[in-house]
Amino acid sequence: MKHTKKLSAVLLAAAFTAGTANAAEKLSIYHWFEYIPQELLNKFTDETGIEVTMDTFDSNEAMLASLKAGAMGSYDVAVPSDYMVKILLDSGMLQSFESSELSNFDNIDGPWKDPSFDPGRKHSVPYQWGTTSFAVNRDVYSGDINTTDMLFNPPAEVQGKINVLDSQGELILMAQLHLGLEQCSTNRDDVKKLDALLQESKQHWASFNSDGAKDVLVSGDAAVGQIFNGFSTKAREEGANVEYAFPKEGYVAWMDNVVLLKDAPNRASAIAFMDFMLEPENAAAVSNYAQYKAGVTGAEAFFEDTIKNSPELNAPDGSPDGTFIQACNQEAQALYDAVWTRLKK
Amino acid sequence: MSAPIAPLNAKKNPNAGVFDGIGLWLLSPSWIVIGVFLLLPVFMMLIFSFLTKEFRGGVIWEPTLAAYDQFLFDRGLFGDEPPTIEWTYITIFARSIWQAALATLFCLIIGFPTAYYIATRSARSRSVWLFLITIPYWVNLLIRTVSMKFLIRDTGPLNQFLMSTGVIDSPIHIVNTNFAVQLGLFYSYLPFMVLPIYAAVERYNFALSEAAWDLYADRWTTLRKILIPVVKPGIIAGCILVFVPSLGAFLAPDLLGGAKTFMIGSLIEEQFKGNAGNWPFGAAASMILLSMVLIVLMFYARQQTRAQAGAR
Repeated sequence: MKHTKKLSAVLLAAAFTAGTANAAEKLSIYHWFEYIPQELLNKFTDETGIEVTMDTFDSNEAMLASLKAGAMGSYDVAVPSDYMVKILLDSGMLQSFESSELSNFDNIDGPWKDPSFDPGRKHSVPYQWGTTSFAVNRDVYSGDINTTDMLFNPPAEVQGKINVLDSQGELILMAQLHLGLEQCSTNRDDVKKLDALLQESKQHWASFNSDGAKDVLVSGDAAVGQIFNGFSTKAREEGANVEYAFPKEGYVAWMDNVVLLKDAPNRASAIAFMDFMLEPENAAAVSNYAQYKAGVTGAEAFFEDTIKNSPELNAPDGSPDGTFIQACNQEAQALYDAVWTRLKK
Repeated sequence: MSAPIAPLNAKKNPNAGVFDGIGLWLLSPSWIVIGVFLLLPVFMMLIFSFLTKEFRGGVIWEPTLAAYDQFLFDRGLFGDEPPTIEWTYITIFARSIWQAALATLFCLIIGFPTAYYIATRSARSRSVWLFLITIPYWVNLLIRTVSMKFLIRDTGPLNQFLMSTGVIDSPIHIVNTNFAVQLGLFYSYLPFMVLPIYAAVERYNFALSEAAWDLYADRWTTLRKILIPVVKPGIIAGCILVFVPSLGAFLAPDLLGGAKTFMIGSLIEEQFKGNAGNWPFGAAASMILLSMVLIVLMFYARQQTRAQAGAR
């Protein structure tokens, strides 16, 4: 599918630019899978005459590994999540721009103008934001689901029918929220408690699956599944009787961002794309496609009703705010890597 | 025109092939491909395994044995306990070897009779059978593994069929078990067992079996003492072709086994693509895996030499 998308983007871009006399400018995007509608890429090519090619990745870490293994210099923009923006920035893999270069810079929504992962928004612009918690099949379990006990101390009905994400960051943060621990803590008792909890809970889990997180809920293989809120919406729309939880202990919040990569071969095209994505109508087009919210002022006006009324996007009153994953230092990360390896031993 | 031809002809000895003299040049593309795309990356991994890890992926060019140390010694979760033997990775390797060995055994049990059956058909139906064996290979392994999951899941056709016929009352849990992983490996690699054994049996001179029969050997003795020794190279080749890819497989364990435990393949993948970002350790684990595979292949080579020596 990755190649089909890339190919169709190239073909369409070629079709649009065939008529123009000038040699076409290019833009190379490194993006998550299934995260941008093809029509929007066509619209960008239509408006700017810039040819778009796109490759996709399935996790922030996979993207980092690929960039480190030599893909730097071949992409103009990438779409990492919050903590990965910080990691890229600290590794010197991003380049800065001036807010004046983007005519739509002021469209960035208030809370997202000065995030901790990119102070002052000098290297990134918002793409979409959402939450990661879990969805529960209401045919199987009818009790209170707004607690992380559903994953770490599950009721009998769902034991052995739980899918968790095969992703260290999201699973460990949920466990830390369950125990009320600080992220990136190197306190020995904290790490031991976390390790013990994961070892104990694993017996109740059926699988570790990220790309299939939605499918296992739709097929009924899993009664509880850790999942991004937009995927939970899609599972519901595909007929699964699932409800998305906002646990009282907390849940994961994230924001994906378009970043300007260092050594971008087409810097001007990259700036044009970032500006394009800050248009409320375009940001809303992604929201309508992916079922997340955009960090762009005015995008709400273009949201479909499914988003305005979505139970996955609108936390009930009294729910805590989501927690962002922190990028740990080397010492702490080594501990959590060890915990993760022990979990899957 | 005729002048250059004469000396060439003069040099030629009667046994020389058409490609003599330029033979080396004709080989060069395959040597370049093997050198650049196979040996060079393996050599790079060998070097990486002895380098210092860079935080979040990459290597620092300072030699160290840290990766192999991590593989062999356990210093506790916080790295300050006296070193003991590290069982984590040995367990992961043992599990992978066990899975691969079982898959090989099942493939052999099913594959040998299948190959024998095909090889003893008429020439025309043989090609039809071989064609049928290769058909699944027109579809990508990922797709085949996912389809397998659809078939055996709790709400899938297999369970629905068994329930509708009244054989079982509630679905059998197959997905996310070791059995499912076995099934996936077995199904993925069965043709690799069938084809080499088929090639060996096809060349087998069935007059030998008749001779054994005439000398009052029963069927079992004929199979054991005549057929199996003769087609043994095919059996060993089949076993290697199934065992080696099963050892590094991660699609079947991830998709059908639920990725609850690491296999060698997923452990290595995690070091490069996952959160761990420990390239030297991933490289070291690859090198240990590679060494194990080479030992198996050397065992095979020795068997072959012995068989040839015995034939003389």
